[in-house]
Amino acid sequence: MEPDGDLLLRLRSGDEQAFVTLVGRYHEPMLRLAVSFVPSRAVAEEVVQDTWLAVLRGLDGFQGRSSLRTWVFRILVNQARTTGTREHRSVPVADPEPAVDPSRFDASGSWADPPERWIDTAEGRIEAGKLAYRIRARIDELPARQRQVVILRDIEEMSSEEVCAVLAISEANQRVLLHRGRSRLRQLFEDEFREVR
Amino acid sequence: MRLLRDRDLVCQQAVELVTDYLEGRLSRSARRRFERHLADCPHCTEYLAQMRATISLTGRLAPEDLTPQMRDEFVELYRRWKSGQQ
Repeated sequence: MEPDGDLLLRLRSGDEQAFVTLVGRYHEPMLRLAVSFVPSRAVAEEVVQDTWLAVLRGLDGFQGRSSLRTWVFRILVNQARTTGTREHRSVPVADPEPAVDPSRFDASGSWADPPERWIDTAEGRIEAGKLAYRIRARIDELPARQRQVVILRDIEEMSSEEVCAVLAISEANQRVLLHRGRSRLRQLFEDEFREVR
Repeated sequence: MRLLRDRDLVCQQAVELVTDYLEGRLSRSARRRFERHLADCPHCTEYLAQMRATISLTGRLAPEDLTPQMRDEFVELYRRWKSGQQ
């Protein structure tokens, strides 16, 4: 894959194909992220469209102090937050949320209902190529702020620093949201893929 | 080192440390305590493996390609922007 830096040079020289390549690379994750901020998919599509226009307008002024990707995603998050947030509906970071349902432990804190095995089933199905949409559906079930961090960290594979910059959150909050998001997702995968007994 | 036994983790605490463990954010002593718990606990070992599998399954989602129609729309967007510039 062509590095974003090379793409930036071509974009600045007015290369239409470079723009289409950039859009192809980030449009879908941007749409997923936008959906977590605004009330509907239609609004999210507008936000992403507006982001691409803002990217084109901002290209000449882009200083390269962050990566092209960080810059593009930050514009998106700013546009989405301005458009109307539904983040306040999700659980505040300060509220406790256990990684595993407390009823699965006994009084001493040991597993009473231990994790059911599912990894082999899921791996088998991903090889068959039938799994992607189910994984996406489970990710879409995460609360908005957890979903944002999971999309950026685990799908886009950004570093924690990059995620903090894009979402304008502290490293500690980023880690809490990541922990909750991954923990919930593990439970959803367990429910979905556990071997039939 | 039996004296340390009362500071041992229980499973319910261990599952809350998994992300900090994978992120390399546990202190040396906390990491040792966590790993000592895993060595004795097949369920938490399975749990950690499932958290790793969760991350890896999520990471294998490739972005969906633009449809030809979307491609055309973005070429159009680009050309409109370009002509507005001059």
